[in-house]
Amino acid sequence: MRKAKSIALGVALALGATVASGVMAATTLENVMEKGRLQCGVTTGLPGFSQPDEKGNWTGIDVDTCRAMAAAIFGDPKAVDFTPLTAKERFTALQSGEIDVLSRNTTWTLTRDVSLGLNFAGVNYYDGQGFLVSKDIGVNDAAELDGATVCIQAGTTTELNLADYFRAKSMEFKPIVFDTSEQTVQGFAAGRCDVLTSDRSQLAALRSKLADPSSAKILPNTISKEPLGPVVRQGDDQWFNIVKWVLSVQINAEELGVTSSNADDMLKSDNPSIQRLLGTDGDMGAKLGLPADFGYKVVSLVGNYGEIYDRNVGPDTPLGLDRGINALWNDGGILYAPPVR
Amino acid sequence: MTDLSVMPPKKAIGPIQWMKRNLFSTWYNVVLTLVVAYLIVTSVGPLISWFFVDANFMGSDPKDCSGAGACWVFISQRLDFFIYGFYPGEQQWRVDLMFLLLAVAFVPQFIERFPGRKWLGLFGVVGLPVAGYILIPGGPFGLSEVESTKWGGLMLTLILAYIGIIASLPIGILLALGRRSEMPIIRGLCVVFIEVWRAVPLITVLFMASVMLPLFLPEGLNFEKLARALIGITLWQSAYMAEVIRGGLQAIPRGQYEAASALGLGYWRKMGLVVLPQALKLVIPGIVNTFISLFKDTTLVLIIGLLDILGTVQSTVTDPSWQNVAVEGYVFVAFCFWVFCFGISRYSQSLERKLDTGHKS
Repeated sequence: MRKAKSIALGVALALGATVASGVMAATTLENVMEKGRLQCGVTTGLPGFSQPDEKGNWTGIDVDTCRAMAAAIFGDPKAVDFTPLTAKERFTALQSGEIDVLSRNTTWTLTRDVSLGLNFAGVNYYDGQGFLVSKDIGVNDAAELDGATVCIQAGTTTELNLADYFRAKSMEFKPIVFDTSEQTVQGFAAGRCDVLTSDRSQLAALRSKLADPSSAKILPNTISKEPLGPVVRQGDDQWFNIVKWVLSVQINAEELGVTSSNADDMLKSDNPSIQRLLGTDGDMGAKLGLPADFGYKVVSLVGNYGEIYDRNVGPDTPLGLDRGINALWNDGGILYAPPVR
Repeated sequence: MTDLSVMPPKKAIGPIQWMKRNLFSTWYNVVLTLVVAYLIVTSVGPLISWFFVDANFMGSDPKDCSGAGACWVFISQRLDFFIYGFYPGEQQWRVDLMFLLLAVAFVPQFIERFPGRKWLGLFGVVGLPVAGYILIPGGPFGLSEVESTKWGGLMLTLILAYIGIIASLPIGILLALGRRSEMPIIRGLCVVFIEVWRAVPLITVLFMASVMLPLFLPEGLNFEKLARALIGITLWQSAYMAEVIRGGLQAIPRGQYEAASALGLGYWRKMGLVVLPQALKLVIPGIVNTFISLFKDTTLVLIIGLLDILGTVQSTVTDPSWQNVAVEGYVFVAFCFWVFCFGISRYSQSLERKLDTGHKS
């Protein structure tokens, strides 16, 4: 029996010592090409951004950002492995090379961009913090919230934004802090607070969890700027450029009217902008170290930005979010991607 | 003819008599009975109707839930995800096979006269980790590789708990022996190890393993997150185990050690043949207690982004296309944990009975 135990111990230690094989190649792109997979850090489950579906497939805007990169690099949007990360460990996972890109609902701030050795490669969703109030209290504007009790999720920038907002307006509030978003909405439903605050993208989803969703409404105010986007390690400009331009290609594709369904027809287009976008003209891919038709692969396999938006958070999804400021610059929004040329 | 005066008084009384005697004997017992009966009726009734009567069991999408009772459709739709995590569908038979082997190895342990029970138990301790090491990650024998980032759900919970349990017991025994050793360096090292690991919360250990350790490792050497968590759990658990076992060692009378030495047994045979068998038997409840608490503590891997069974449930209850299904999800997790922890506890009780040599009184 003693021998048996020592064998079991040996096996356990052997399993523990399994080291992720492969020595780091020179650049992230080479490294990813060698693995044949992209390793992408996502949330542990946030509706519309990254959440596993019935079959355990990840879905959401952040997920599609990674799928678009895999489509650009390998021509296969499924060549991605997702690593669920908590808010606390996300930057370490990127810094240590455990993941190649962090696409995890991460707000672009000066501190994060400058002091963590990371680069934000763009914005795939402009969010902001908002309020959900019970209709009973008869409040129509956040400025009327003096003295309110506020349900809030712990450990997020949301908490700091809320304090900043109330202090700036010299209003009082009483925070009631919960651990998860789902507990926060339970607390709100049980009447423990007048107001629930969260990123606007999540408010509609949280409201749908109430027994009677029509008993609460979302206030028009947005009290913070939350530009969310993919993050890469500093010091590998080629990889940074790839992430940045894959995102730009999606936005440009929407602007030029190229969708996943008409991408094949668009290959014959006479428009030089579309030709450069889809790789029928110019050598845009080679400049990035990607295949010439990477733009075509991104749009035909994953879709343009509008399709990704509508599929994951748009008006026909349970989140039901209008484009708002996430519309194109020529359509009332602020999405303005540099041209592909 | 029977003499009625020597017959014992009738033991059995009718239910009405029993109630009169036990429930309604005095006025305050009457009040207490009525209050408790009222509480039971008002609380159990709605619970039963929520769990079963008004609940929705059949269906395949959110519309099949009426909202009046529990929405078990959510659980049945996500069951694969809760059990296998992201493990690819066409490879899930490998996990099923491991579940089967686990059952084959351990279910017979509850049946007293099952033939070859000991061998199955030995297989469970030795063969099962080997089989798991080959089957789950894949690689050899043409099995396609499945990276540990895709493991999840109940399967991950069992892997964490099983390896933690199997590895911590022998390490714990060695540490306990080391702490009682007469060699000062060994004793010192064991004391430091035990006191350091036992003094930090598991959540800190996991967090260090997940967030700090990668920063210290040279670039390119990158342990998988699961392996880091497993090493952390095992070391932490063995420190606890060592102290439980040391308790057993201290309960063995000095005479036993001396008698074993007098027989001419060396240190390892003295410990292996005389002291440990008695000591371990004494502390079975303590060991099992630690096992059960480890089994539940594995849910803490949630904070380092490993989706165990609780993690998979938590990541999906926020799905906006379903109504509020958080309670259903947590009830399901609680049930799964109860099944396994109750199983471990029953097994330890049968083990105690079997090993009882009548020294206890």
